[in-house]
Amino acid sequence: MQETKKYWKGLEELNQDPEFLKHKDNEFFEELPLEKVFPENPGTLNSNRRDFLKLFGFGISAATLAACTDSPVKKAIPYLIKPQEITPGVANWYASTCGGCSTGCGVLVKTREGRPIKIEGNNLSFTGGGICSVGQATVLSLYDQARATHPFISGKKASWAQTDKEIQDKLAAIKTNGGKVHILANTINSPSTLKLIGEFLSAFPGSKLVQYDSVSYAGILEANQISFAKSVIPSYHFENAEVVVSVGADFLGTWLSPVEFSAQYAKGRKIADNGKHISRHIQIEALLSLTGSNADLRIPVKASQEELVILGLYNEVAKKTGASVLPGVEDVTPGKMLASVAAELVGKQGKALVVSGSNDASTQVIVNSINHLLGAYGSTIDLNNYSNQYKGSDKDFADLVAEMNRGEVSGLIVYNANPVYNHPISKAFAEGLKKVSLTIATNDRLDETASLVNYLTPDHHYLESWNDSEAKSGEFTLTQPTIRPIFSTRQFQESLQTWMGGSADFYSYIRNTWEVSAYKTQSQFLLFGDFWNNAVHDGMYKTTPSAMASATPSGDILAAGEAIKSVAGKSGKLEVVVYEKLGLKDGTHANNPWLQEFPDPITKVCWDNYVTLAPRYASELNIKQGQMVQLSAGGYSVTLPALLQPGQAFGTAGVALGYGRTKAGKCGDNIGQNAAGFFRKEGNTFVSTQYNAEIKGLSDMYELAQTQVHESMEGRAIVKETTLAEFVNNPGSGNPAVTLVTPDGPQKPEVLTLWDKHDHEKGYHWGMVIDLNSCTGCGACIVSCNAENNVAVVGKHEVLVRREMHWIRLDRYYAEDKNNPDNVDVVFQPMMCQHCDNAPCESVCPVLATVHSAEGLNQQVYNRCVGTRYCANNCPYKVRRFNWFQYAENDKFDYNMNNDLGRMVLNPDVTVRSRGVMEKCTLCVQRIQEGKLNAKKSGHPLEDGKIKTACQAVCPSNAIVFGDKNNPESELSKLLASKRNYQVLEEVKTLPNVSYLTKIRNRKA
Amino acid sequence: MQESVLREPLILGKKTYSQMTNDILAPIEQKPGKLWFIGFTIASIMLGVGMALIGYLFVTGIGVWGLNKTVGWAWDITNFVFWIGIGHAGTLISAILLLFRQKWRTSINRAAEAMTIFAVMCAGLFPLIHMGRPWVAFWVLPLPNTHGSLWVNFNSPLLWDVFAISTYFTVSLVFWFIGLIPDLATIRDKTTNKIRKVIYGVLAMGWTGSARTWARYEIVCLILAGISTPLVLSVHTIVSFDFATSVIPGWHTTIFPPYFVAGAIFSGFAMVQTLMIITRKVLHFEDYITIQHIEMMNMIITLTGSMVGVAYITEFFMAWYSGVEYEQFAFINRATGPFAWAYWIMFSCNVITPQLFWSKKLRVSPVATFIISIFVNIGMWFERFVIIVTSLHRDYLPSSWSDYSPTYVEIGIFIGTFGLFFTLFLLFTRGLPVIALHEVKGSLKSTGEEYKKRQMEEEKAKAAKSKEPVLA
Repeated sequence: MQETKKYWKGLEELNQDPEFLKHKDNEFFEELPLEKVFPENPGTLNSNRRDFLKLFGFGISAATLAACTDSPVKKAIPYLIKPQEITPGVANWYASTCGGCSTGCGVLVKTREGRPIKIEGNNLSFTGGGICSVGQATVLSLYDQARATHPFISGKKASWAQTDKEIQDKLAAIKTNGGKVHILANTINSPSTLKLIGEFLSAFPGSKLVQYDSVSYAGILEANQISFAKSVIPSYHFENAEVVVSVGADFLGTWLSPVEFSAQYAKGRKIADNGKHISRHIQIEALLSLTGSNADLRIPVKASQEELVILGLYNEVAKKTGASVLPGVEDVTPGKMLASVAAELVGKQGKALVVSGSNDASTQVIVNSINHLLGAYGSTIDLNNYSNQYKGSDKDFADLVAEMNRGEVSGLIVYNANPVYNHPISKAFAEGLKKVSLTIATNDRLDETASLVNYLTPDHHYLESWNDSEAKSGEFTLTQPTIRPIFSTRQFQESLQTWMGGSADFYSYIRNTWEVSAYKTQSQFLLFGDFWNNAVHDGMYKTTPSAMASATPSGDILAAGEAIKSVAGKSGKLEVVVYEKLGLKDGTHANNPWLQEFPDPITKVCWDNYVTLAPRYASELNIKQGQMVQLSAGGYSVTLPALLQPGQAFGTAGVALGYGRTKAGKCGDNIGQNAAGFFRKEGNTFVSTQYNAEIKGLSDMYELAQTQVHESMEGRAIVKETTLAEFVNNPGSGNPAVTLVTPDGPQKPEVLTLWDKHDHEKGYHWGMVIDLNSCTGCGACIVSCNAENNVAVVGKHEVLVRREMHWIRLDRYYAEDKNNPDNVDVVFQPMMCQHCDNAPCESVCPVLATVHSAEGLNQQVYNRCVGTRYCANNCPYKVRRFNWFQYAENDKFDYNMNNDLGRMVLNPDVTVRSRGVMEKCTLCVQRIQEGKLNAKKSGHPLEDGKIKTACQAVCPSNAIVFGDKNNPESELSKLLASKRNYQVLEEVKTLPNVSYLTKIRNRKA
Repeated sequence: MQESVLREPLILGKKTYSQMTNDILAPIEQKPGKLWFIGFTIASIMLGVGMALIGYLFVTGIGVWGLNKTVGWAWDITNFVFWIGIGHAGTLISAILLLFRQKWRTSINRAAEAMTIFAVMCAGLFPLIHMGRPWVAFWVLPLPNTHGSLWVNFNSPLLWDVFAISTYFTVSLVFWFIGLIPDLATIRDKTTNKIRKVIYGVLAMGWTGSARTWARYEIVCLILAGISTPLVLSVHTIVSFDFATSVIPGWHTTIFPPYFVAGAIFSGFAMVQTLMIITRKVLHFEDYITIQHIEMMNMIITLTGSMVGVAYITEFFMAWYSGVEYEQFAFINRATGPFAWAYWIMFSCNVITPQLFWSKKLRVSPVATFIISIFVNIGMWFERFVIIVTSLHRDYLPSSWSDYSPTYVEIGIFIGTFGLFFTLFLLFTRGLPVIALHEVKGSLKSTGEEYKKRQMEEEKAKAAKSKEPVLA
């Protein structure tokens, strides 16, 4: 047998090396270097291949599992002990008082899981349940990153303890020296605060509370002092007026209490099909205001002529009522229209109202006399139940500044006022501030004023505080906290209490105040606790209003007339009028991106201010749209782009307030220029006009971001309108039936179809009707929609390239006024997704991302959308909005959705859309679902009016009605049956579920 | 098949089969010249720019384009329709002209088909990248999925597009490849380079050239031509449905299907002219792509251009006749509104310039043809731009009317598709026979100049014998 040949692996085997023999049977000849890898526990490691495979397997699986998710770490802290009143997913509503301005409208604050996310009107309030855009946007200001998060001493971060100690020491020193500590504030209408301030000031003899308003109404206060010996602003009742003449007062937009007035005004404008009357509104004004754009007759006159118009109107009314006339007054209106205006007023004696936007006391004295002659006092004007909304005195402020500059003031506490920015004599104020040894501000940020004081002790946002208010006399409202203070701030009142050495508890203070005042005036509740709880629940307590009474003015109208003539007579070729825009108002909320992106209802410009000029005037000066101009008057000048505004009076330039902030925050700074310097001192008050201005066209051009760039309706029947006279003859006038020509003769579009109709017979069929006669165009619905539906702010550039994301827009069209080439007729039309039953968008989407619901809604499924934009192209109403970029959490869009704080305002019921998907109005489907659920839970059929869309809920004039078309009893069904009802573009046969009621102008032809 | 001697010859000079093989395969076998490299470099740079911008678009969002809430499509869909239209000439030449037994197609069909495929690739890019979320583009396919009954919308013309374009691309590609097989076999047999032999060998799919193979081959080609023929009409019809089925004035037009098909053939032939005039010059194919070919195509351009012109005028008539104010405005706005310049560029390029071909002198001039073909290409791009943008930017509600201007990204991506097109085309000229060799060979004896002469002499001789009068 042949021996098997032996092969050896190496010399070690051949030589039978002992080292080799030792490891011969091991798989790995060399030991695994485990000791090297795990040096911490030598000798204990006994690893074999199985272990390796086990670990290897585990490692791979673990790594795979770990790699499966890319979800970011989210911080969520569960409730350890759930607060009783909070159910996750269910909103809590708290009644409160709006702190957006001193108008003090009653609001309801919607909170979700302890954070306020939306503000709507309280229908118990004098506003009737509406709320303006600014008020709604204040919820976003709560989550403003620019807010002061702690106290500052000379601009540096400080603790409350140190700040309080220093302030208390200084106050004590002032007290010892007998110095004066004044408090400067905008109008305060909180009775408890006023009481507390009184107590504080009493420790410093000679000290006083100075209230001023950036847009002053001191002229009315002074005039009423002269005429009636009552320094108050009366309550106006536009709903009782059948003829309203407004001379330069934008009462639907910005003048005094616009939300309240809009509701009243709309009452007079609503009309049923068998109705015969609506109110008649005549506006005589220089700039085209929101109010003017709603007028039945609008007469553009220069600002100086507004005053002369008042005189002329007085004379005409006096002639007709047998009162004495003023000498030397001419009718300055084109075509001498005052006689007929006066005839209309006198014809409705007792149901007429004249208001003037002037802040000149003499002018308001004459207005008082006109109203007296018309019998307005006691019917349309109520001096007994007056308004506390604006109590600022320009004289007091001027006196304070003078006193400060004389070095007579030892301490000054600025309570949430920003005179360095918004007052015309801000320079003198800033100078004076340097001469005051103790300066404190409680502003919410290091703004223009707060950055100049020694101590900034930031106040809570109003949504974090207790407070009360009596904006209208006899209507006591409460402000209650809806969130724990976000930052280390302290309420102004509690700061005062601390500095006074007491306990900082303003809540008890208000309770005590109410216990001795309001509680005593009622008999409904026996216990104060019950009374208080009810007041907190309602947000208010109303005393029985005093009876309205007529009043006779006693002022010297002759002197007033002479004063007006002497000033107005000095008018030059060009006049400047400063005005407030509906979005930004006086600029307090300039760092609020919702308001910056809120398009002005008239000009449709966002993110800018500008000089408005009449087109005819501009062409005379050879100034083009967007051309930079330098406007100077009264020693003040601004350089802004020009905007050609149809309907504006020839020879007038308008500049909006609220811009040119420098220390508001990154969103509001350095946009436009400050127009506050144009206020002119007239007597004791500051008026908003300059009569001798100069304008110079510069060579630069500037682009203004407008959300609408085409002004004309091109003769298309989009907004249908008629006149009252025609309407009374035929309620369907202005709204002829739309028919299409067919071989079988004219047919209604809905008869002709290729498609099967959706079955909406059963269940709900949602719809909406918008009354174009009630809609004033104020745009409160836009902000409401933004807040409700997490609509992204996209910034000026994106608006400029026409990519604003607003789901609802207010289309505004101009038409020429045949009687007056300088005037225009204006119409507004809220336009959002029309929820067509035959939706063009639905048929073209390749992936069924937009589909029709069984309840008639056109639904957009964000998750399914691939972003072809075909639906938007095919939408005849162009209401679809595409996410061109990632708008949330993107540094390129550094607005509220780009920081954790700002995102707290988002509505958790609504998806934040990602880039690349289409979005649009959903008719607030989340509210519909909530309403249906609530009805189901309660076991009752859904009540009509229980579900309100966001736009409807805030509308001051109740122009929007939402409801179920299948419910014949619903308010909606009644409006749908109106002869005024029409669908936009009915001939395209989209069968929209949103329809409109024709606009009716109260004019003869 | 014999052809009348009176017809002009389609292959000039005295050609033999081997000479033709050498002529036509020359670009494949030789090193590319300087011009090719310059062209290729430029095309690749354009392609690179385009791809980089598409990358930027994907990362950032559609907002980098100039679109807005009113104008949701502009250059994207304009380019899509433009490129799809370009593709149509290839299919028309290879399918319809095959069925009509038009022999002049043989010299140009290969390049035209290649052009079709590259153009459809460029076109197909746009529906993909114009999506807001291109990463879920596959949702437009009716794929079974786990999302319940989630399905595509068969009512949507965009979905029809998906089917139309993918079918078109597939059929064109198969047809083109089948047509290439005998030529690939020729290269395989001719080349001495081993790698090439393998590559072309695989591509030739074992072509033997037997009579049976040829017989089968001819049948397959006919069947494919039959399948392609309706595509010539259907693809652009469906593309036109994107607009025609909508409610937008200026889009909602029943004339669109024939108008779009005519326009597509018009623009396709113009692009074939643009390319072939350069190719024949650079690759010295004057004997195969003759003046007669150019003239034939110019005639088609004039015909389809006139059809397009009639369509333009008809649209205006219909707008007036319909009595619909929106429709009337849309057309008045086209001709006089902010985009009137685009309309008049379109009108003069598409309606006026092709009429110049009524002049024989221009019709047979390669230079004039080249210039006019460029005009037509420009005009047809503007046609789509005019239809899309001017209809959208001012539709029903004047409140939403807006302007539109493109950004550099849109322009760059369009340039990028030209880069893609020319890169592929230049690679094609070097890798595959630009002229369908076997088809040209097949027609040599009936349409070659030499053979025509011979035939003519034979006929003359025959005539002299019978003393009958001879034509010509």
